[in-house]
Amino acid sequence: MPTLANYLIVSGLLFSIGMAGVLLRRNILIIFMGLELMLNAANLSLVAFSRFNLGQDGMPGYNAQVFVFFIITVAAAEVAVGLAIIVALYRAKQTTHVEDLDTLKF
Amino acid sequence: MNTLTVPWIILFTPLAAAAVILFVGRFSKPLSAGLAIGSAGLGCILSWWLFAQPDPGAAPPWYWMDFGDLLQVPIGLTVDHLSKVMLVVVTTIATIVFTYSVGYMKTEEGYWRYFAGLSLFLFSMLGIVLADNFLMMFIFWELVGLSSYILIGHYFKKDSAADASKQAFIVNRVGDFGFLLGILFLWAATGTLMFGELVGRVGDFVLNPIYLTVACILIFCGTVGKSAQMPLHVWLPNSMEGPTPVSSLLHAATMVAAGVYMLARIFPILEAAPHALDVIAWVGGITCFAAALMATQQDDIKRILAYSTISQLGYMVMGVASAPTADVPMFHLFTHAFFKCLLFLCAGSVIVGMHHEQNIWKMGALKNKMPFTFLATVAGALALSGCPWITSGYYSKDLIIAWAVVEHPFLGWLSVATAGLTAFYTFRLVFVVFLGKPRDEHAKHAHESPLVMLVPLGLLAIPAIIAGFPFIENIFFHTTEPQHVPHLLHPILYAMFFGGVAGAWLLYRDVAKDPVRIPLFANRLYIDDFYSWIVKNIQGGGAGVLSWADRWVVDLFIVQVPSKLAWACGFVLRFLQIGNIQAYAFFFGAGVVGLLYLLISR
Repeated sequence: MPTLANYLIVSGLLFSIGMAGVLLRRNILIIFMGLELMLNAANLSLVAFSRFNLGQDGMPGYNAQVFVFFIITVAAAEVAVGLAIIVALYRAKQTTHVEDLDTLKF
Repeated sequence: MNTLTVPWIILFTPLAAAAVILFVGRFSKPLSAGLAIGSAGLGCILSWWLFAQPDPGAAPPWYWMDFGDLLQVPIGLTVDHLSKVMLVVVTTIATIVFTYSVGYMKTEEGYWRYFAGLSLFLFSMLGIVLADNFLMMFIFWELVGLSSYILIGHYFKKDSAADASKQAFIVNRVGDFGFLLGILFLWAATGTLMFGELVGRVGDFVLNPIYLTVACILIFCGTVGKSAQMPLHVWLPNSMEGPTPVSSLLHAATMVAAGVYMLARIFPILEAAPHALDVIAWVGGITCFAAALMATQQDDIKRILAYSTISQLGYMVMGVASAPTADVPMFHLFTHAFFKCLLFLCAGSVIVGMHHEQNIWKMGALKNKMPFTFLATVAGALALSGCPWITSGYYSKDLIIAWAVVEHPFLGWLSVATAGLTAFYTFRLVFVVFLGKPRDEHAKHAHESPLVMLVPLGLLAIPAIIAGFPFIENIFFHTTEPQHVPHLLHPILYAMFFGGVAGAWLLYRDVAKDPVRIPLFANRLYIDDFYSWIVKNIQGGGAGVLSWADRWVVDLFIVQVPSKLAWACGFVLRFLQIGNIQAYAFFFGAGVVGLLYLLISR
């Protein structure tokens, strides 16, 4: 029987992998995937908290689960917008490498 | 139509006329003039009708602002003996001057603007006359100031006219500040602004006469400004930049008399403050004498009359402080309104005949060219100088002088001397302008004015002579001669009149230029120069300091330093903008980690 800590460790690992991807990878699509990973790490910890935080009636806290559904929905919308931006960016710049996208600086 | 509604009609007809002229007057000259004259004429007829009626009782007050017991601002009209006399004077003279203006302004620009201004003035002046409380009077007091500003600045394209209107407005502001303070003083002590109630509550001041004295002197400041008493008299001579009918109506007959009227209105309150009355007497007496001295050396026909007006107003103010009833100064106000208005209209007629030349030393021998104007001027001059027995000025001025001699002997004898000076400078003007030889081409080709200007002269000449005769005095007023007048007073006054006229005759009968040169008087006792010096050095210096503070304190430390500081911070932070999105994400992540560390380690 896994404990809350097991879930949180997995969630933390996922988040760290996602964040490392965002900070270290150069391809904007991979960065985007890292972002999604971080979102899902948060989802995982929310669901775990919900599961291990039973109320007085023995039922899990549903607020967290509803929250997760919202995150999934918003993430889907965000992916649609984000990918659209990336496509537009690629058409304009012919590149997906973030190092080439540095016009906004002093 | 009854005695309660008629005053409202008299008051608001000119305002309506002004509004209509403002909107449609520019399309038709006769319409502008017709509306203005019609409204004044209606007011004149109704005023005379009202004068014949018995006084109506007080109408139920209508409250403009009502703050319970704290403050109630009523708007109401007083119709009593005082205001009825003033109504008759103002509307009658206004009608005559409006009519005269048709001739005088015929070729001037801004015709409709002029008549709208005159109608607005008439409305404001009637508001002062009819006001039954201090606040309402103050509002209309400011409105006449505004109309005066508009009308003095009629030729606003001329710098001197624009400056004169500004000066008139600003100098009056000084006096009105005191006036407003005085009103607040009285209100704070009695809780009412109504004249009728104030008079009843003067008894409240018995315990604190100093407070009442201060309040009365502050209120008198309003008179000093509006009636051009020393030391705020400088605006009146400069206001002569306005069209002559304006000088005649506003700056001789009615508006400048508003200060005296106001003193008469609160006379019972003043009587309770004898020290304030002393101040008023001295200001009036000194003004009366000093202005007469200045008048003797002026060269501009209108300025001579302006100083003469100041001098006569000084008589009235001194009369308020000397006589036991307000009838005495009001009687002089009444006669003065007619003869001074007449003299100004004559001056206007001369100026038109001379093609807008105002220097008396360029006139001369106009007697034959303008006989009718000459006769009217002589009538006015006789009345102004107080020619014994046959003129109005004699009766009204002598009464004031008699009371002044009894109550304030020094000022009284000073005003006796002023009577001689008055005769001298008045006939100096008459002799130089109408006798002698023509001194200028214009004077050789001068022409008599049109009928529309001469008829008003004739209409005014009659009251100028007879308005003071005892039979009228008895109808209008109930004045009494003071007891204990020195027996020699009247003979001395006759001597003063004849001496003044004789002096003028000897000196000015037939001279090419002024044989007397007294720079002190010609430069108006250097008071104007003194004020210029004050404005230039003290006020200018203060403005310099403020300008320095504005530049170096406000601009530098309050505006420039913070803005440069923000710019510098921004400049430093700019270097963080390296354009790499992952660096931003790293800063962001580092920031979150830092915050978390701070929160947890605490």
